[in-house]
Amino acid sequence: MVDIRDDLKLIAEMVAPDSRVLDVGCGDGALLDHLTHAKNVDGRGIELSMDGVRRCVAQGLSVIQGDAETDLKDYPADAFDYVILGQTLQAMRQPREVLEMMCRIGRRAIVSVPNFGYWRVRMQLMVTGRMPVTEKLGYQWWETPNIHFCTLRDFVVLTEEMGITIEQTRIIDRAGRVTSRAHSGFANLLGEQGVFLLRRG
Amino acid sequence: MSAPPPPAPPPAQPPAQPVAHQTSQPGSAGAEGRDLPGKRVRLAVDRPMRLDSGVEIGGFQIAYQTYGTLNADRSNAILVCHALTGDHFVVERHPVTGKPGWWEMLVGPGKPVDTDRYFVICSNVLGGCLGSTGPKDADPATGRPYGLSFPVVTIGDMVRAQKLLIDHLGIDRLFCVVGGSMGGMQVLQWAVAYPETVFAAVPIATAARHSAQNIAFHEVGRQAIMADPNWRGGNYLLEGTRPEAGLAVARMAAHITYLSETALHRKFGRNLQDRKAVTYGFDADFQVESYLRYQGAAFVERFDANSYLYITRAMDYFDLAADAGGSLANAFRPGGRTTPVRFCLASFSSDWLFPTAESRAIVHALNAVAANVSFVEIETDKGHDAFLLDEPEFHQVIHGFLEGCAEHRGLSPRRRAR
Repeated sequence: MVDIRDDLKLIAEMVAPDSRVLDVGCGDGALLDHLTHAKNVDGRGIELSMDGVRRCVAQGLSVIQGDAETDLKDYPADAFDYVILGQTLQAMRQPREVLEMMCRIGRRAIVSVPNFGYWRVRMQLMVTGRMPVTEKLGYQWWETPNIHFCTLRDFVVLTEEMGITIEQTRIIDRAGRVTSRAHSGFANLLGEQGVFLLRRG
Repeated sequence: MSAPPPPAPPPAQPPAQPVAHQTSQPGSAGAEGRDLPGKRVRLAVDRPMRLDSGVEIGGFQIAYQTYGTLNADRSNAILVCHALTGDHFVVERHPVTGKPGWWEMLVGPGKPVDTDRYFVICSNVLGGCLGSTGPKDADPATGRPYGLSFPVVTIGDMVRAQKLLIDHLGIDRLFCVVGGSMGGMQVLQWAVAYPETVFAAVPIATAARHSAQNIAFHEVGRQAIMADPNWRGGNYLLEGTRPEAGLAVARMAAHITYLSETALHRKFGRNLQDRKAVTYGFDADFQVESYLRYQGAAFVERFDANSYLYITRAMDYFDLAADAGGSLANAFRPGGRTTPVRFCLASFSSDWLFPTAESRAIVHALNAVAANVSFVEIETDKGHDAFLLDEPEFHQVIHGFLEGCAEHRGLSPRRRAR
């Protein structure tokens, strides 16, 4: 089996076997491929880059070339058991709308978000006075696709405002270890990213 | 559609090449392609087939070819649907033009549509002119060529005839139906009309309905044919004439739509044909003119003018959504349930005849019913014709999609790599 990103492993663990999954921004299809073979899911993907789509379809995955922000609205409610968004919410023009659509077309949504409240990020901003550039967020401010950063606390507050229930939480550190299974002020400081299993209501 | 254009600028006049069979030669109307290679079968003999127009047609002939071997449980059949001016000679030397088969890039041993693994079927469409019953054939009622008394056929009718052929071959379920352009329309029609009979569908460079612009181009072609005095109201076979000029112009106009501006410019630019300066006349001064004249002249050797009228009409009438109460998504929701067919759509970035937006509209409709669909737009400057040409990324996609489907269908893994 191909080694997949730490947050993708945690996402995969949240998915029940034999379910229907939509992976939004599925990249080269690593997670979909993993879920298809390890969990026997009926998997679909949406990917913006032509190259990613071609590689996905060429390995037998059902993936369409499209933009989550315009194409998610086509799907009917509850079309999937899980709609997954791995580390791309912060790159959306309308993250709140995307989250809403995900929770509409999926019975569950799984989202992983990089934590802008991570202590290293806070330190960089405080000490250098410049926009943080970290290992996982390796872009300068003028080139980054990540236009809507949030802290884990910000994310939790948004779900509360939207009436979304967080069913599971996994906070992971830089080494990909789970440091916390609940959100807290500490987690918001020590976690590099969070993975959340969501459902509406 | 068109064959891959020759690499070098073609001569102003078509080269004198032996013509094995003149499809529209006067007096050959009743030949029904008997002197062409390939298989043929009479269908709807006991019970006539009802066309969309309401007319019934019985005992018509369908010419077809098969490649590869049907497996024991008859689960490895792939139906290839040809485009407007294509035919069933997919991967073999064309009996009339002597050129390679029109889809040898995609179909054949070790190719994405692997004839070592799949049983590939392709039939000449109803209304065609290379062996399947069409307007040049004899009307059994009169013994004379149908001409314009041939009933108007639709994409749906072509597919109905193909379904009878598949039944005749004893195949309950096709593993896949694949085709580009008008072939793609047939693929969509198959998936909508016979969802339980199609495991996977690959509509390429196509649309769920013919656009106003496309109908307009077809009308130009038809008018060119009908304006040719040799067309004789469609009775040219009886009167011993051939509307070659009209058919050639139709082909020339259509051919432009199969290419992109970039491709035309790259191939020809404003280069002159065998001369150093313009001649201040109406000879083919420019290579692009010469090329088009060659395309037109070559086409009339292998195609029947009335068939061209009928088949372009079939494309014009195609509108899947209209047939499903105005909603394309409904077309993919037979009996209120999501279509079981697995789709893979491909479009080409420089195709302005069937632009990506048309494929995307189909994808949106399929998403609306949460159908299983893959879609990719291939970057190319080769225009609509790209689906016939060497496009490795496109071929990778088709290969991967079919492999994935074969796994789901439980077809045995690909034999040893070649």
